[in-house]
Amino acid sequence: MTLTVERATNVGPPAADVLLDVRDLRTYFHVMDGLVKAVDGVSFTIKRGETLGIVGESGCGKSVTSLSIMRLLDIPPGEIASGEIWLDGQDLLTLSPEEMREVRGNDVAMIFQEPMTSLNPVFTVGDQITEAVVQHTRMSKKEAWNKAIESLRLVGISNPERRVKQYPHELSGGMRQRVMIAMALSCDPKLLIADEPTTALDVTIQAQILELIRKIQDETDSALMLITHDLGVVAEMVEDVAVMYAGRIVERGTVEDVLVRPKHPYTEGLLTSIPSKGMRGSRLNVIKGTVPNPFNMPKGCNFAPRCPYRFEPCGAYDPRIEDAHPPDVACWLYTPAPGQTSAPRQSGPERQAGPMTTGAPT
Amino acid sequence: MSDATAAPSATKADPTGRDYGSSNGQVLLKVDGLVKYYPILGGLLRRKIGDVRAVDDVSFEINRGEVFGLVGESGCGKSTLGKTLIRLHPPTAGTASLDGEPIFEKRGKDLKRLRRRMQIIFQDPVGSLNPRMPVSDIIGEGLLAQAEKENGWGDRKVRDKRVGDFLEAVGLRRDYARRYPHEFSGGQRQRIGIARALALDPQFVVCDEPVSALDVSIQSQILNLLLDLRREFNLTYLFVAHNLSVVQYISDQVAVMYLGRIVEVADVQRLYSEPRHPYTVALLSAVPDPDPRVRKKRLVLKGDVPSPAAPPSGCRFHTRCWLREHLGNPENCVTDDPALREIGTAAGHRVACHYAERVSDAVVERAAALQPAIVADVAEEV
Amino acid sequence: MAETMRPAETTELGVGPLVPPQLPLAGEEDFEIQLESLNQWQLAWRRFKRHRLALIGSVAFGLIVLIAIVAPILWPYDVTDIPGAKTYGGDAPGLAPLSRLFGTDFGGRSVLQQVLVGARISVEVGVFTMLIAASLGVAVGSIAGYFGGMIDGFLMRFVDLLLAIPFLFVILVAARFFGGGDVVTLILIFGLLSWPGLARLVRAMFLSLREMDFVQAARAVGVSDLRIAFRHILPNALGPIVVSATLIMANAIVLEAFVSFLNFGIRATDVSWGNALSNSQGYLLNGNWWWPFFPGMAIAISVISVNFMGDGLRDALDPRARE
Repeated sequence: MTLTVERATNVGPPAADVLLDVRDLRTYFHVMDGLVKAVDGVSFTIKRGETLGIVGESGCGKSVTSLSIMRLLDIPPGEIASGEIWLDGQDLLTLSPEEMREVRGNDVAMIFQEPMTSLNPVFTVGDQITEAVVQHTRMSKKEAWNKAIESLRLVGISNPERRVKQYPHELSGGMRQRVMIAMALSCDPKLLIADEPTTALDVTIQAQILELIRKIQDETDSALMLITHDLGVVAEMVEDVAVMYAGRIVERGTVEDVLVRPKHPYTEGLLTSIPSKGMRGSRLNVIKGTVPNPFNMPKGCNFAPRCPYRFEPCGAYDPRIEDAHPPDVACWLYTPAPGQTSAPRQSGPERQAGPMTTGAPT
Repeated sequence: MSDATAAPSATKADPTGRDYGSSNGQVLLKVDGLVKYYPILGGLLRRKIGDVRAVDDVSFEINRGEVFGLVGESGCGKSTLGKTLIRLHPPTAGTASLDGEPIFEKRGKDLKRLRRRMQIIFQDPVGSLNPRMPVSDIIGEGLLAQAEKENGWGDRKVRDKRVGDFLEAVGLRRDYARRYPHEFSGGQRQRIGIARALALDPQFVVCDEPVSALDVSIQSQILNLLLDLRREFNLTYLFVAHNLSVVQYISDQVAVMYLGRIVEVADVQRLYSEPRHPYTVALLSAVPDPDPRVRKKRLVLKGDVPSPAAPPSGCRFHTRCWLREHLGNPENCVTDDPALREIGTAAGHRVACHYAERVSDAVVERAAALQPAIVADVAEEV
Repeated sequence: MAETMRPAETTELGVGPLVPPQLPLAGEEDFEIQLESLNQWQLAWRRFKRHRLALIGSVAFGLIVLIAIVAPILWPYDVTDIPGAKTYGGDAPGLAPLSRLFGTDFGGRSVLQQVLVGARISVEVGVFTMLIAASLGVAVGSIAGYFGGMIDGFLMRFVDLLLAIPFLFVILVAARFFGGGDVVTLILIFGLLSWPGLARLVRAMFLSLREMDFVQAARAVGVSDLRIAFRHILPNALGPIVVSATLIMANAIVLEAFVSFLNFGIRATDVSWGNALSNSQGYLLNGNWWWPFFPGMAIAISVISVNFMGDGLRDALDPRARE
């Protein structure tokens, strides 16, 4: 991810080293009670071979962002109201459904949270991988079958010759997620989108899968977009991170910057509300209230009603991450608001160093 | 405890008025040899063909006023243990007592009276509230069921007041009593579930993954609330969770479960700083840390948890055990079932491993360094 | 960068600094934003209204019920009154007199009147069959799902037995044997034979709802088993039960017409849609399309409207659906 300003006014394809360039994406849902702006002006880039984490709580729009990129939204009620999604030199939003089908699996592959529902229960694991391979390459069925066995071996499935003939229900949750990864990788995608890939798994299995995704991303040199609510997973897995709140990116930067010196009060609130070792006996920090009602967004900054640092301009003006220099935080604490000559803060408060939970014995 | 001694606590309807005195260190809940099997039915005649050994010979004690954390991965039996203890499922064998009174022997009226003293908070904020009932009924229903002359809960006015009191105690407005569950957010629903449990004035509360379904920021609100309420109402918690950081924050004692057994139990500082069971070590090392400055050496276990219908022989963890591999696969791990035994480090630190004393920093580091690049998906076949 | 600023619609600058109210610590106060307050019936009604077809269906069925009640009183039908038709086999539809709107039968009797007055028997059969079948189905299903074990096994095998019997055959035999063309007998036969499917559904709902956390919670606070069944399980099974009941109703209406058409149902001297269809048989070749057409349409419209209504109720009564 780059920290340069990406504005909706940009025209034409991005630079060659940029793999994914999302510009001012707006995805809305028309529901019974009105219009939900699930993604409301999100821009980011991922360079080839780089890793970006998108974090946020449920309903912040992180999954809708990834589904918009894959164009897997149900339309209606969904609608991509505006924006551009440049992947490897072409704007995905201008492609026909057939062209998009080519892109999915070929250039970009996705790993979902629930491996059981994303595998078809009536076909064997091998059939499903083979089908994906045949669809996207010129391989024969036989070659594709061998490729399926090979990719199962690559993701650490033992005895792949036997597993390839099994049905999804015969595998455990961790193994199914491995199969999903094998399927995603069988077509050598340039971009891998992992949407909460380990949320449904136990912690020891999560460790296996994270380890696997990291190794494979390293070896294949594909770019990784990791969507998660778990700040620990982000810290372990990616270089850059974007924090989403109520349909917007509110803060972004390297993992070291964002998780150690969080600028946005929301990021800070998230980090300090995670229970950690040093906090035993003291009260946990809380972010007051809940996310705003999508039909009744607050005036000014979306986070203002819950923000402990709220001051004059926050209730009047809507801070945009693009207005910051560098564009790493959407907050009037760091960017002079209209009518203000300077911003109250220059940098985020550094968090105490030290392990949150201890690992191995010391 | 006879009914005569149970009566005083039943008379105290005031939510703040109970006094246990400074009785810390006194055992409130004692569990001995608890076993819970679920039959596997099969064949044309649906006859029993086996057992799922959800909880298999578990013993522990919880002191009054303590939070006893119970961690483990899904299917280890931790939730079953909690629900069996408060008589939602019948036990297969074993005994348990609350304040000296046997739990599993109670029937009829006695059981109903006992239920008041043991309550539960559920994981799922959606599924745990009846969508067809207003909050006043959800919380008031238990009061009505437990109405006695002494507490006056049979009277609608008394009930409504108490419902309001407890809504306030969990940080909700009194007038929410008229509303239905769908009108609340996840965190608010969880508060309603807590109010329902506490309105009966229990001594012991099973918290079954109470924050797992909530977002991080809401999670911290509920954890704070649970700790506040514990102080206010002199509660003792059995806190069942899979999130190790949450358990570390809230618990005084922690037990780690694996395949229906407790494999390690100690006070929280001891367990997190000096784990001695190889499973605990791996579990703790697997937690991703949100501080990027912390780079842990990770021990990744191979394979999945074996089926509780056919647990491995000897030590149940031996199929995935990194320590056993490190020690050259000693035979007794496969043949002998290790007992939960006190080890030298501190009083009350008990571990079920033949080689617990061999676990040290150096050993863990060496084992981590020797791991294969991609850890296998299955453990060795037994 | 001022030009990129997008102030909110009304600026509050100058009104004074927005100082956050001093809020107490979390855990002691609820900070969460409250959602709209509608009770469950209001919400169900809102969902139902969104279902346009269901709304149309309910209005249509309401009208049919109204006609069924009012028409026989305002415009009594006399089977012996045969004014005679001008044309052989019956007069074609015409605007005057109004009674000829749907044409007449061979005897010159108004088809419009037969359609309006005949609604009574169809509605009676539909509604009462549904009530009998629903009560039996809910009762048997609840008992089986609630007690389980031997009772469940016995009741469900009985249900299997009933479902294995060829329904139509039994109805025809029973209608001929006990009937004599009496509406009450017909309703009893239909009602006693159409509950097994519903009983199975209710049992399945009991078995799954029994494991829900809110039921466990009720047990944990000491609520009696009977109250759990009636206050926790049944209300949550309402949606599927209602849908199933509307299907039984629609089915009964069709069935009545069918057996009457075969002359096994309502006695020929009573006016019903099925009888009208049956009587028209002999004259179809004359091109008297209106005689069977309008009663047939009446059957189709009432069945479709009942089914649409059931669809809407299913969505409206699902307590988990918010959309």
